[in-house]
Amino acid sequence: MVTRSPRWRSRLLLPALLSGILLAVGACGAGATATPSSVTLSFYYPVAVPGPITQLIDGYIAKFEQQNPGIKVTPVLSGGYPDTLTKIETTIKGGGTPPDVAVLLSTDLYSLVDSNAIQPLDSDIAAAGGNTFLSDFYPAFLANSRYQDHVWSLPFQRSTPVLFYNKDMFTAAGLDPNSPPTTYQQLVSDAQKLTKPDGSTWGIEISSDGIPYWLFQSFVIGGGSNVIGTAANQVTFDSPTVVKALQDFVDLSATDKVMPTGILQWANMPNDFVNGKAAMIWHSSGSLANILKQAKFNVGVSYTVGEQGYGAPTGGGNLYMLKGIPADHQAAAWKFIQFMSSTDIQADWSINTGYIAARPSAYATQAMKDYIAKTPQAAVAPAGLQYAKAELGTHDNAQIQKALGDAVQAAITGKSTPSTALAAAQQQATQILSAFKN
Amino acid sequence: MSRRRPTRRAVRNGLVMAVLAVVAIGWAVPMIWALAVSLHPSNEPLSASNLWFGAHPSLANYGQAFGIAPFAQYYVNTIIIVGGILVVQLVTISLAGYAFARYRFRGQNLLFFLILLQLMVPSSALIVPNYSTIRQLHLFDTLVAVMLPYFGSAFGVFLMRQTFKSVPRDLDDAARVDGANWLQTLWHVYIPPARPAMIAFALSSISFHWNDFLWPLVVTNSAASRPLTVGLAVFTQLGEIGAQWPLVTAGTIIVVGPLLLLFLLFQRQFVESFVHSGLK
Amino acid sequence: MVHASRADARAAERRPHFGAVALPYLLLIPTFLFVTLFTLWPSVSVFYDSLFRQNEAVQVPQFTGLGNYVALFGDPGFQQVVANTFFYVIVTVPVSVAMALLLALLLNRKMRALGLFRLAFFYPVVLPMVSAATIWLFMYTPGYGLVNVFIELFGVPSQNWLGSPNLALPALMILGIWKQTGYFMIFYLAGLQGLSREVFEAADLDGASPLQTVRHLTLPLLMGTTLFVTTIAVVNAFETVDQIYIMTGGGPTNATSMLLFNLWQTLFSFFDTGRASAISVILIAVLLVFTVTNFLALERRATYE
Repeated sequence: MVTRSPRWRSRLLLPALLSGILLAVGACGAGATATPSSVTLSFYYPVAVPGPITQLIDGYIAKFEQQNPGIKVTPVLSGGYPDTLTKIETTIKGGGTPPDVAVLLSTDLYSLVDSNAIQPLDSDIAAAGGNTFLSDFYPAFLANSRYQDHVWSLPFQRSTPVLFYNKDMFTAAGLDPNSPPTTYQQLVSDAQKLTKPDGSTWGIEISSDGIPYWLFQSFVIGGGSNVIGTAANQVTFDSPTVVKALQDFVDLSATDKVMPTGILQWANMPNDFVNGKAAMIWHSSGSLANILKQAKFNVGVSYTVGEQGYGAPTGGGNLYMLKGIPADHQAAAWKFIQFMSSTDIQADWSINTGYIAARPSAYATQAMKDYIAKTPQAAVAPAGLQYAKAELGTHDNAQIQKALGDAVQAAITGKSTPSTALAAAQQQATQILSAFKN
Repeated sequence: MSRRRPTRRAVRNGLVMAVLAVVAIGWAVPMIWALAVSLHPSNEPLSASNLWFGAHPSLANYGQAFGIAPFAQYYVNTIIIVGGILVVQLVTISLAGYAFARYRFRGQNLLFFLILLQLMVPSSALIVPNYSTIRQLHLFDTLVAVMLPYFGSAFGVFLMRQTFKSVPRDLDDAARVDGANWLQTLWHVYIPPARPAMIAFALSSISFHWNDFLWPLVVTNSAASRPLTVGLAVFTQLGEIGAQWPLVTAGTIIVVGPLLLLFLLFQRQFVESFVHSGLK
Repeated sequence: MVHASRADARAAERRPHFGAVALPYLLLIPTFLFVTLFTLWPSVSVFYDSLFRQNEAVQVPQFTGLGNYVALFGDPGFQQVVANTFFYVIVTVPVSVAMALLLALLLNRKMRALGLFRLAFFYPVVLPMVSAATIWLFMYTPGYGLVNVFIELFGVPSQNWLGSPNLALPALMILGIWKQTGYFMIFYLAGLQGLSREVFEAADLDGASPLQTVRHLTLPLLMGTTLFVTTIAVVNAFETVDQIYIMTGGGPTNATSMLLFNLWQTLFSFFDTGRASAISVILIAVLLVFTVTNFLALERRATYE
């Protein structure tokens, strides 16, 4: 039996439901409104290392806000580097409001300029002292910041690949534990002494998954050249030195038999090292703390090498100021960028995360000196920046990096010879880059 | 002859059981291993000889995981997303199923077919245009953005139409005689017998959206709207320094633990609802 | 309104009354709002967008007709993506379905441990794929990953699964099969339990071997279930993306890149909107062809019943 209920109840149900949905949509879509007397910056940052990153960033922001009443910063942990770039690029392309400051890869520069997403920091840097201001940043870390006579970013969380080696195994093999290899030839000969015939230990392990071009660049830069020049629309993948560098990489497993065959995984390298399966590995400078925590032997740190000597690309993220933000935001954003790249913050950030501090003065702070006294290996990577050059960065960077990465993997797996693979990569890259003027 | 047959059959049964047990254990091992490794201390490297709990198992990895990623927030987000989708779906599919089951109107076959198209073109193939739609609605990085495309459910409409069609016409007529309008009829006559189907649909919707990854990955950006799946993916990408398996497995267990527990407790209902909704 | 009788009520219904005529359409509006906005309209607009070039180099869309499609089909990378996808489908679907049927046949008996077995095989279905992929990424670690520890028991040396172009896709297939077999198994179990026992008893009395019974009796009777789970398996296979994102990123050298992952990567890593739209259209077309032929096959079978 149906009881008669007032008609108004049923009449209101549907509109109530719909307005409820609309209200929820409206509430979620509305952004925070800033009070006239304060500026609220939004700051996107990616995270690539485990650690209390959020707490550290929140701590720095609290300090910044204390020193700068009237500026508030809303941090957003937007995933990894690719995610952060994606969110910002698609925001810009979709006509949305970008954040004010973001940490993105130093090599994202050209994509960001192409999308008209960022603004140069020249005038702000000039006001802060111009070249004097810039001189306290490691030149290697500024290498991917310059384009079209502007400076577009400041380094924030940077790294380089370094060589980790097992000092105890060196001694056992009759090698001097304080003389790690300084050239490619020495790397091979050392590795041959360290490789055990039963396969339980390999002399060297260098991974080629993920972003294979990065570790490969060490071979190239150590050979005296690079895969890019000064133009953002040209690459030199198929030059003789680059081909030789790839041949060197391939030979480690193919002919010298000091490295396992196939594509080794970046994620497993530190574990192989601390388990004694690899006497030497190439890995990020930031992996030091984790390796020291687990290794039961003396760990040495040195530099990656090529034919001529030490060489490495840089890596990691810089601080960018986005375009299209209001004028008062720009002034505040510059203050924030300056703060985050300042000496004390960089020292603290480096100690707690393992990134290389962006400026030499950070290594002169007491906090850093104490840290290096406890962990002397941490001083090696910054000292090696003199051998570091620009990371592969061009227009349409993701595709270009993939082209080179695919070539490296094809050569390592034996699917193709270094010269064929690199020629194909060069052709593909040239075709993509031809659409861009420098 | 007949004395031998039971024995042979018993042996065969025993063998089958043994093989099945081995396979079943194999099926379960990945989860068990993940659980064991999550208790492995992070200063002991994993190796072939130190594969499981390590020398001093501890819960430290869980504490560290919670300190790195806001899993509680991810849980809240996921519950809101899944609950919100379900509530709106139940409304839309009931209304639409009722319309198709109860009324005859011009173009109803065409309209039904248009709705069914959603079954043939899954939302994952449409992330490119749907992402752009969300952008245009200024809903990027909101919980609503994750929910919106799913508010209309072709599967649900189909299910409700079937279910409502099986309600005897007499009950409907009786209600009409009593003066009930469409809403009262729907609520009092059609919905009650449809409850099992709605529960089956609910379980199916909840499990699909709880585990959805690509769409939330694309439309969320911050922890405020990120669900568990994307949160876990972000968590596992902290690989610049190499794989931290004890930590990552701890994070994984944090994400799937409660889900598995619920499944353990309500196994029969889960399984039956899947079958029920599928066979319909 | 109160009516004197049922006849009056039905008559009232038949009388054209705007409210009554409009009602079903109004009831459909909520569903249609969302289906139009997120299924019907995007299906058309993505096709339109695929006719334009829009990427890093061409920020303002340029009409190019079928240019994106020509570029895609001529690109060896995309050809491999398509090949990988089809290879994945034709391996994982039959294997999962066959295994599910086998398991259901073996488990279809009175046993106390049925619940335990069902739990063991079905729990992967409940997990989010990203979590399963994370665990299996770990399982495939060379040296100490459980998969390698297991094969070393049989004397097979540890493999670099996710780093070998030949093993990476099979590795993903194994994960896919592990994840979904339990799901199909319970459908087969339900189907088997719905079959009448007399038929099987008769076959047994006739001396039919288990294999003959399955081939000539069980399988045909379960054809509906088989068609159903196969459909789901195929659509699932085409939607593979989570595990690629977590485990391989499409590598090594495109060995594990599949359609949906490539679609996502083209827009969200390479920012090529035109090309991503074209890939979307191709994926939609493939799925439509499959579901339509499947639907027609089901209809034909229904008419034969």
